[in-house]
Amino acid sequence: MIEALRFYWSYPFVRYAVVVGVLIALCSSLLGVTLVLKRFSYIGDGLSHVAFGALAIASVLNLSSRMTVVMPITVIAAILLLRTGQNAKIQGDAAIAMLSVGSLAVGYLLLHLFSTSANISGDVCSTLFGSTSILTLTRGEVWLCVATSVLVVALFCLLYNRIFAVTFDESFAKATGLHAGAYNLLIAIITAVIIVLAMNLVGSLLISALVIFPALSAMRVIQNFKGVVFYSAIISVCCALVGIILAILFSTPVGATIVVANIVVFLINSGVGRVLRR
Amino acid sequence: MAYITCRDLVLGYDGMAVAENIGFQVNEGEYWYIVGENGAGKSTLMKTLLGLTPLMGGSITFGDGLERYEVGYLPQQTFVQRDFPASVWEIVLSGTLSSIGKRPFFNKEQKLLAEKNMRRMDIWDLRKQCYRMLSGGQQQRVLLARALCASSKLLVLDEPVTGLDPKVTMEFYQLIRDLNKEGLTIIMVSHDIQAAVSYASHILHVERERSFTGTTAEYRRSDFWRALGGDGV
Repeated sequence: MIEALRFYWSYPFVRYAVVVGVLIALCSSLLGVTLVLKRFSYIGDGLSHVAFGALAIASVLNLSSRMTVVMPITVIAAILLLRTGQNAKIQGDAAIAMLSVGSLAVGYLLLHLFSTSANISGDVCSTLFGSTSILTLTRGEVWLCVATSVLVVALFCLLYNRIFAVTFDESFAKATGLHAGAYNLLIAIITAVIIVLAMNLVGSLLISALVIFPALSAMRVIQNFKGVVFYSAIISVCCALVGIILAILFSTPVGATIVVANIVVFLINSGVGRVLRR
Repeated sequence: MAYITCRDLVLGYDGMAVAENIGFQVNEGEYWYIVGENGAGKSTLMKTLLGLTPLMGGSITFGDGLERYEVGYLPQQTFVQRDFPASVWEIVLSGTLSSIGKRPFFNKEQKLLAEKNMRRMDIWDLRKQCYRMLSGGQQQRVLLARALCASSKLLVLDEPVTGLDPKVTMEFYQLIRDLNKEGLTIIMVSHDIQAAVSYASHILHVERERSFTGTTAEYRRSDFWRALGGDGV
């Protein structure tokens, strides 16, 4: 098995996949803690569907760089979702359900009508579930991902104390002069960016898993915020590594394997948490 | 000049006015109770004071050395906080955030302030505990310590005794009175009128059409108090 791993490691595309996978897992878990605790998980879910629709539009337009379409559309959707979520007059959850299912349908329809590819269902499947696209990353995409991840991690560290305050108690934060709205906006935008990046790794349907599972697993056993953040980052990175390695060794789909690893860790942590609390 | 001067306030949300013509002045060391029925606008008044809800009319001026955001706020507990994984230390320390300016992290000064207020609230031994595991009374002390970190001048409390049992409620009222005697100015939103007349120095009674502003002694003589079946002086 070690032999096989060493053999695969000699290929650059495998190394790229591992680097990108680990970085995306790290970023999504950092953000996940805040999203889960702020009851914003739905934003991640809605956005991943929007990103799918945007990707379909980009494919139909046959653009060389699909990111230029997908990124702005997803960021705008993130801002809109945040607004509706805070607005009590519109039913936030219904609006999000509409938006996500709508983008899925429109995206699939567009692909069906205009795609030049011979294997449409294959294309759709890989966009939804990630399949092999992580193994076909170009050097440029890898650098884009590294740069974005460094930026996200740096922002998170610098704003850590403020993010904690806004997450724990928005009213108090506002009353003491913190611009809670601006931080919510920032969180939504970073979420959008990470989701677009993570689409390469696990596909748009499975991204939410990457965002919520590590945070939920960590919250089963750890009782303070800093601990939860660290532990969920560790869980997420380990699951991504194990998932990618298993996927390569047994030729399973990368995204699904990573998510299954996360589910296993969640179950273990739930058990441990139950024992600890006794 | 007073800490807070409110003139001709119009209170409301989503463009609907709930109460009008409210004016009062809070001076250093006073203990204010804002009372009134549900929906009369007392919570809205407090949120407007704190800048959480935009002002619909009138003016609020801060003075006498009190800055706009130099307020220790004790909110009603939200359901998010009930299962939030945060230690007591993390929560209290977050109260000092307004004093770190543009810096990203806390320094010695903030940590000492947090420690001082935790000892003052008698929760220093709980600092490593998870907030959601504490009793209702302990949780209120944690939030109070956090509020004290945010301001050493003014505390604003929103229905702080909701959900506390009678004994803990009494202890909490004593605690607030002691803080007031140490010089803190208190504004408490409550519908506990009995507590209001026994602890407050001033009372603001908000009703839809009219409102009362004045000292507690004046309030006891007013028809607001009598309308509630209160005994005269």
